[in-house]
Amino acid sequence: MAKSLRIIPEKCTGCMQCELACSWVQTGMFQPSRSLIRVNIFDEQASYAPYTCFQCDEAWCMNACPVNAISINADTGAKVVADANCVGCSLCTIACPFGTVFYNPDTQKAFKCDLCDGDPACATACPTGAIEFVDSDSADWLGGWAEKVNASYLASIDGGNAA
Amino acid sequence: MSKGGWMGTVLRINLTTGQISKEPLNMKWAKDFIGGRGLGAKYLSEEMDPTIDPLSPDNKMIFATGPMTGTNVSTGARFMVVTKGALTNAITTSNSGGTWGPELKFAGYDMLILEGKAPKPSYISIYNDQVKIHDADHLWGKTVWETDDMIREELGVHDTVVSCIGPAGENLVRFAAIVNDRHRAAGRSGVGAVMGSKNLKAIAVRGTGGVPVANPKKFMGAMWEMKSKLVEHPVTGEGLAAYGTAVLVNIINESGAMPTNNHQYTQMENADNFSGETLTDTRLVANKACFSCTMACGRVSELPGEAQGKFMVTTRPHNWKIAVEGPEYENAWAMGADCGIDDLDALIKASALCNELGMDPISFGATLAAAMELYEKKYITDEQTGMSFEFGNADALIAMTEMTAYREGFGDEIAEGSKRMTEKFEHPEFFMGVRGQEFPAYDARAIQGMGLGYATSNRGACHLKSYTVAPEILGIPEKMDPAATEGKAAITKVFQDATSAVDSAGLCIFLTFGVGLEEMQPQIAAVTGIPYSVPKLLEVGERVWNIERIWNQHAGFTGKDDTLPKRLLETPIPDGPTKGEVNKLGEMLPEYYKLRGWSTDGEPTKEKLDSLGL
Repeated sequence: MAKSLRIIPEKCTGCMQCELACSWVQTGMFQPSRSLIRVNIFDEQASYAPYTCFQCDEAWCMNACPVNAISINADTGAKVVADANCVGCSLCTIACPFGTVFYNPDTQKAFKCDLCDGDPACATACPTGAIEFVDSDSADWLGGWAEKVNASYLASIDGGNAA
Repeated sequence: MSKGGWMGTVLRINLTTGQISKEPLNMKWAKDFIGGRGLGAKYLSEEMDPTIDPLSPDNKMIFATGPMTGTNVSTGARFMVVTKGALTNAITTSNSGGTWGPELKFAGYDMLILEGKAPKPSYISIYNDQVKIHDADHLWGKTVWETDDMIREELGVHDTVVSCIGPAGENLVRFAAIVNDRHRAAGRSGVGAVMGSKNLKAIAVRGTGGVPVANPKKFMGAMWEMKSKLVEHPVTGEGLAAYGTAVLVNIINESGAMPTNNHQYTQMENADNFSGETLTDTRLVANKACFSCTMACGRVSELPGEAQGKFMVTTRPHNWKIAVEGPEYENAWAMGADCGIDDLDALIKASALCNELGMDPISFGATLAAAMELYEKKYITDEQTGMSFEFGNADALIAMTEMTAYREGFGDEIAEGSKRMTEKFEHPEFFMGVRGQEFPAYDARAIQGMGLGYATSNRGACHLKSYTVAPEILGIPEKMDPAATEGKAAITKVFQDATSAVDSAGLCIFLTFGVGLEEMQPQIAAVTGIPYSVPKLLEVGERVWNIERIWNQHAGFTGKDDTLPKRLLETPIPDGPTKGEVNKLGEMLPEYYKLRGWSTDGEPTKEKLDSLGL
């Protein structure tokens, strides 16, 4: 079975260690603007949510690429950009419905999470266990979580009537 | 660009002329003072006359990061605001976390130096090398949170981080804070009033660059090693993470060291009402970390439905249905025990109000406590205060939080800080502080070393410059008897020097609960590429301590200011486990001067200064 990233937002403290670790892998510096995992801070809701590519089955980025620069790594299942083939057209960044494929103006290539070849630095760096790298074929947990959050949000804004 | 830690550039903005310039960081000074607090003090010493009025355009403000700021070292988030304090007239070094400091580094700068005074309300935006001064007429009068929202929306740059003043800073409240990330603050000594006096509302920063490390391999090993130690330590791995800083409430109260009713007592009956344990059980919704911190001592609390309507503050639009940060130990104490108040909901609201209005809750709470004692002793009346100032009146606390920030009614007196206020009402003996700055949450009669630390602290009474509570109460690194004076001069000097080094590196002093300079040293050396050893770091710390001391001397302070209020020196604690104690400063101070290599009057000797290269 392949492994995938699982986020447990309730455990996140917003410390950005994941962004720092990811940027270190990408650039060899501490540069969160080049991180492929981003922590979204919702202050008034006390909610901090790390968010990255969950290697979805549909792989819109891969399908959109006109030069077949994105392929699936057989070992990790990650959708990986081959720099040598990428022409920097950014179609994949538009195609991704999750907003987790980025364009790097320094290299003029697309870049996205490749699961660090099977040992994601973000999961290792997270001090609270909010990012796990677990046995799972897909990121099904994401849909369930979104449903839960949506229900509680609707309840909070309209005393439950909106739901 | 330097190869590690430092970005190598100082951003200088003259608000009077609108001139924006960039200059190379003085690397000789950077090596001698590292960054943050030390390097800021060096620049201020070189550039500014210490005798000027802190609220005049002649005062400069330095926002200084350290080489560790912006790295993934645990707590690599800190920056210092170095200026002449509006509350103290002494050099001040107010520290803050959050993401503002790292963001300044990512934009390419180690330091931001502000000079002069803007002709009208303004704010600064920094987006990498694009730096602009904007009109802020529409922001003047807005709260910290409103300002944060409005600036981020109007700049339209994702992930912009705002550091700003609230109404308290605009109204020159002597203990106004500068708040970044909505809830993190360079809180003490009135740095917010200095910013307000410059007509500067905010500094918004976004940077997309990176912080390089000189020796990545060595760095990564040492970085992981320290993080593991922090996790394993009972304070940094469990206590702070589980209960926040308010874990100290019960510990300090049970030790008979929690100043109560303006330092009249040292224990409060119902202190557990606002302890970290109670907060966690009843009001906590999340733990919040500053940038890159693996401890996450920040508390986020929410009031349940029935408590939202309590202590209504009618001018606040959000009606308290949102999560807010705090309370922490210090503000829970100052507005709680020191004012005789034990209502947790009142403290959550007052803490959030201080963040929102941009005010230091320690000095505010302690000044209200002094006013409450004036009221108790009938030196001020209902007619003057406009309401009952009885100790324990939570309604008065909430009302005065707002009125102080806006300088309305008696809030105008509180806004001057307790030294000026008690002098005005002719009872300066009720001022509980040093160099014009109010004490934090530890009674110096119950913890002897803290008395020496307060008395000699360059920025006025402060718990963050030599936290000997660690050995004296918590037993870190080794237990010392809090009632004894023996050995306190030596530990105070070492703690002051070590703290100065940590503050200069860009790290958080809370690291020292779990690790020492031994663990930090390899990381600082690897990031900067300079072989700072532990003795070398202590030498930097001593250099920083002395440069601040000399600065204060030029500003008019002398050894005579190294003292404590009469109450702490002469009035024994009336009851509790520390009953009968006074602070025996006289037994410690001469030895401290000697260890510092200063004269018997507390003046740094020429030999000492020469040896430090000052």
